[in-house]
Amino acid sequence: MVLNLTIDNKEISASKDATVLEAARENGIYIPTLCDNPKLKPYGGCRLCLVEIKGLPRPVGACTTPIQEGMVVQTSTERIHKLRRTVVELLLSDHPNDCMVCVKAGDCLLQELAYLYDLQNNRFYGEKRQYTQKDGNPFLERDMEKCILCRQCVRVCEEIAGVSAIEIAYRGFKAKVCPSFEDDLNCEFCGQCVSVCPTGALSGKAWSRKGRTAKTNEVTTTCPFCGCGCSLKLRVSENEVVRVSSDPDTINEGWLCVKGRFAYEFINSPDRLDAPLIRKNGKLEKASWDETLDYIYDKMDSIKQEHGPDAIGGLLSARCTNEENYLFQKFMRAVVGTNNVDHCARL
Amino acid sequence: MPDQVNIKVCMGTGGIAAGGTEVMDMFRTELDKTGIKAEVKERSNVDKVGCRGFCAKDVLVDVEVDGEVTTYECLNADMVPRIIEEHIIGGEPVTDWVTGEDYRKFNEKQIKVVLSDCGRIDPEEIDAYLDHEGYVAVKKVLTSMTPEETIESVKKSGLRGRGGGGFPTGLKWEFARKANSKQKYIICNADEGDPGAFMDRSIIEGNPHAMIEGMIIGAYGIGATKGYVYIRAEYPLAVERLRRALEHARERGFLGEKIFGTEISFDIKIKLGAGAFVCGEETALIASIEGERGLPRNKPPFPAQSGLHGKPTIINNVETLANLPYIFKNGPEWFASLGTEKSKGTKVFALTGKVNNTGLIEVPMGITLKEIIYDVGGGMEGGKEYKAVQTGGPSGGCITKDYMDLKVDYESLADIGSIMGSGGMVVLNEEDCMVNIAKFFLEFTQDESCGKCTPCRIGTKRLLEIINRITEGRGRKGDIELLLDLSEDIKDSSICGLGQTAPNPVLSTIKYFRDEYEAHINEKRCPAGVCANLLTFSVIEDNCKGCTLCVKVCPVSAITGEKKKPHLIDDELCIKCGACFDVCKFNAILKG
Repeated sequence: MVLNLTIDNKEISASKDATVLEAARENGIYIPTLCDNPKLKPYGGCRLCLVEIKGLPRPVGACTTPIQEGMVVQTSTERIHKLRRTVVELLLSDHPNDCMVCVKAGDCLLQELAYLYDLQNNRFYGEKRQYTQKDGNPFLERDMEKCILCRQCVRVCEEIAGVSAIEIAYRGFKAKVCPSFEDDLNCEFCGQCVSVCPTGALSGKAWSRKGRTAKTNEVTTTCPFCGCGCSLKLRVSENEVVRVSSDPDTINEGWLCVKGRFAYEFINSPDRLDAPLIRKNGKLEKASWDETLDYIYDKMDSIKQEHGPDAIGGLLSARCTNEENYLFQKFMRAVVGTNNVDHCARL
Repeated sequence: MPDQVNIKVCMGTGGIAAGGTEVMDMFRTELDKTGIKAEVKERSNVDKVGCRGFCAKDVLVDVEVDGEVTTYECLNADMVPRIIEEHIIGGEPVTDWVTGEDYRKFNEKQIKVVLSDCGRIDPEEIDAYLDHEGYVAVKKVLTSMTPEETIESVKKSGLRGRGGGGFPTGLKWEFARKANSKQKYIICNADEGDPGAFMDRSIIEGNPHAMIEGMIIGAYGIGATKGYVYIRAEYPLAVERLRRALEHARERGFLGEKIFGTEISFDIKIKLGAGAFVCGEETALIASIEGERGLPRNKPPFPAQSGLHGKPTIINNVETLANLPYIFKNGPEWFASLGTEKSKGTKVFALTGKVNNTGLIEVPMGITLKEIIYDVGGGMEGGKEYKAVQTGGPSGGCITKDYMDLKVDYESLADIGSIMGSGGMVVLNEEDCMVNIAKFFLEFTQDESCGKCTPCRIGTKRLLEIINRITEGRGRKGDIELLLDLSEDIKDSSICGLGQTAPNPVLSTIKYFRDEYEAHINEKRCPAGVCANLLTFSVIEDNCKGCTLCVKVCPVSAITGEKKKPHLIDDELCIKCGACFDVCKFNAILKG
């Protein structure tokens, strides 16, 4: 069912389950947000998406308000503009404001809003949160002084990852996202939280000083770690992968696992094999692909002749795609003539 | 020799704190000891009863000898033997200790509906409530009225939410009634958190069954089969009495399956709050019952449409629910005859601060502030000058003496920038600094902010910091305007009632006492002499007799001087504690 409403004097219609924010977005009306994420349940905490609705005494969050037939919404009145500006101003009054050296600069929603609202001089100053304790986990950098409490990380961990490794502890000004008992993070390290963080509060430990977004190129590829085939967006700086992310509109909806997201340093590792090796005189030596494939053919052929096809076995990898795995078992059965084929996932 | 002796000892939290348990034990043991114990004991009851309201004069005890009731005030255990000897045996009340004019005036202008049985019946025995027509109203409702008629009666009575908002109860129920769902809930909000408020606590401690009865009526009205009482764990006595009352009600078949032989089933669970003020906000309360962190949720949708576990839910305050049995017993017309045009019935207030008679009061809506303070409250303590009364606690505002004739109801209070609130009423006098009062309430709300939304989390913190610097003499030009501007933004952009009302004490004190703010900022002076950083203490040489009393009390040895000669205060050392000012008998210390 479709409902009709008016947003900023524009008559629009949207699905009856839509929120005001969704209806506005579908119709190209921009409403700023910090805590909203279309993949997560509405939260309504940041108060940037405030809009005025005719008949309601005070502004309401567009992200949590369901649309109604005949609703009249104003998204950018002077009053709303002022409230949003104050919200950003307050956030900045409790923020390190170290954009010059922040890994997120240029790609940070808070920075963008500060620019948008021209917040040169902050009317508010006072105590700022100070956290000296560093999280000792190997993957995620957690700089909670930059956290704006949008709770996207907590929500993604609960709603998408199903792990609930973090929650907000304390309340009010002291509220802080942390693992239980403020221990070091000890989760699956999928990094979904990093991917949704709008500020520099969450990043990868390996990202540090390797190049911010603006300095990197984007390369879209498929994750080599398993057959799921998650789409990756590599950030490349000077021919080196410095960070991995994934877009929300991909087959994997932007979600990755710890390997896909953080295990990319093998690419430039000096230990990485870049050519096949053949053991000659007890020593592994580099060989060309032609030489190697000929060698394999000869060996398999002679073993099959001498001992029969069941003397040969094949072991597949989860890092191959389904199609590759299918072809390999077909090769073993139809060409080699054996059922000795197995897969590392069973080991 | 008396034939019948009944003794009722106030055993609300106030009574217990004042020594009620000892008084009650003493009555029991001393009555046992008397030579006439066999006869008296059989015929004498020493009952505990709930709050009598007049907490300033606890322990209050009713001694009924052969039908004649005498009320004693400020009793302690040592005083009991004399009462037994002279009054119970001798037949002559101990007039020195009998309540006097104060007690009469305290009660004269009160009309007790919700509190009518508090202080009269033993809250731990269901029979005591049944003897006072308990559970009569709910039986009538369940057996002879339809849910629609029930809601209609509540609408006709004009009852409005007593938790602070003042939303018409009948209308709220109607929303939930009309909501289409198999499962609905009714929740009693007993998470009373305002500093200085103890209305709900006293009702549950004094007469828990009235609230339970009200809940059953509400459940029937909206069609709920499950109810929760969300009560603070910091109210152990109330929790205990409620738990016992629920057990008794279950035993008698007032809760459970097929109540009064009808097809109606309803039961109530207790959910203990863990001490967060924000959980008194209805959506945060629901989140807390669901086992989530106590964070408010955005409205709409309202709980009557989608509340606990996404089902239609009604949340009523303790006092609202406790009114219901009396409304149905005496008829909605009777209730509507009390109060003003838009605010019906009575309101319970916790009267505290600088008045003579502090305690729990129930007054008709529309009573003037003057009547509350000078009649019920017995006037200002020590004859000091009235300055303001703060209603609605940290969400409310102050009422100055220009509004002494204001009729206390929802609309009038809102008109002047305060709120009815849940019933806190703090009386302030000339010695109270209004900037400091705003600071006090803001410290509370800032500390209790849940942190979910930005304006409340950081905004109240910044408000408090600005007020702090004003009270410390570091206020700047423009700070008042900044406070006003930020306050308005916080009110408009916060998610829940906590943030939306947190700036009220600031706005209200600036509105009525702007000169005090200006004195702090421009002259670095606290007119009421409260803000320590702005005070200086000095000796008025002409008055000083050199008695050395101030030297002895000064904790930092900042005062020097020879005996019988004027003393001197070293401003560098002075920590502005005011001990010298309080102890000086010759008005020789100048505070300013």
